[in-house]
Amino acid sequence: MIPLSHYLILSATLFAIGAAGVFLRKNLITILLSVEIMLNAVNLTFVAFSRFAGDLDGQIITFFVMTVAAAEAAVGLALVIALFRHRESLNPDAFTSLKW
Amino acid sequence: MPEIITFYLFAALTVVASLLVIGQRNPMYSVMLLIVSFGGLSGLYIQLEAPFVAVAQIIIYAGAIMVLFLFVVMLLNAPKEDAADWDRTHPLRQPGVTRWGTVLAGLLIVQLTTALLAVREFNTPVGAQSDASTVNSVHDMGRSIFTRHTFAFEATSLLILVAMVGAVVLARREGDQ
Repeated sequence: MIPLSHYLILSATLFAIGAAGVFLRKNLITILLSVEIMLNAVNLTFVAFSRFAGDLDGQIITFFVMTVAAAEAAVGLALVIALFRHRESLNPDAFTSLKW
Repeated sequence: MPEIITFYLFAALTVVASLLVIGQRNPMYSVMLLIVSFGGLSGLYIQLEAPFVAVAQIIIYAGAIMVLFLFVVMLLNAPKEDAADWDRTHPLRQPGVTRWGTVLAGLLIVQLTTALLAVREFNTPVGAQSDASTVNSVHDMGRSIFTRHTFAFEATSLLILVAMVGAVVLARREGDQ
């Protein structure tokens, strides 16, 4: 049987990968994908603890996290489209001015 | 034994695919690789006796959210990142910052791993303290969502409505009526 700590370490690794992606990438779409990786890392923790404690609430909150992720993706991608129309670029450095 | 093999197989698949997601310059490949990563996570959820979450992961994440990302990548015909410009101007690429940042991040990972391994309770097998039937029932989960978590469920519906309206308003062309 797999110990709980292995799931937690895997989840921490995934979260670190997502955080690194947000900081290192210079493409708005890849940054949003990295945010999804981080959300999934947290989901894995919730499900692992749900199994560990024998409590369904961990899985239920995972369900809500997925809903929030869907909403976040819809709004985030709408923002990306709106920004791309203005600057013809996906590089976050192109959007440093607040007004143009 | 097969449990251990599948765990490490899915874990490796997830981590490698996630690493490749942030290593790609072409967002199209990133989206495809993230779907692979979600497939690996879904396998882990099945191992954790969470069939509903595993199926929702495939249907909602890989099926809906990633397709939305794919639509946008194709719609924008997104340009690849400019590698030379990225290497020259990125603040994390400055020599001092890079070294200290790498050392600190490495230390944090080492500390987290040792801390997690040191807690004896976390080293008991994940399914040892509870029966699988307490967590793998979709029936119980639905009952719990619609009784104890009704408010959160209703708030989620409001959130989705707001997100839907927000997406339409944001993505609309400015001249449109």
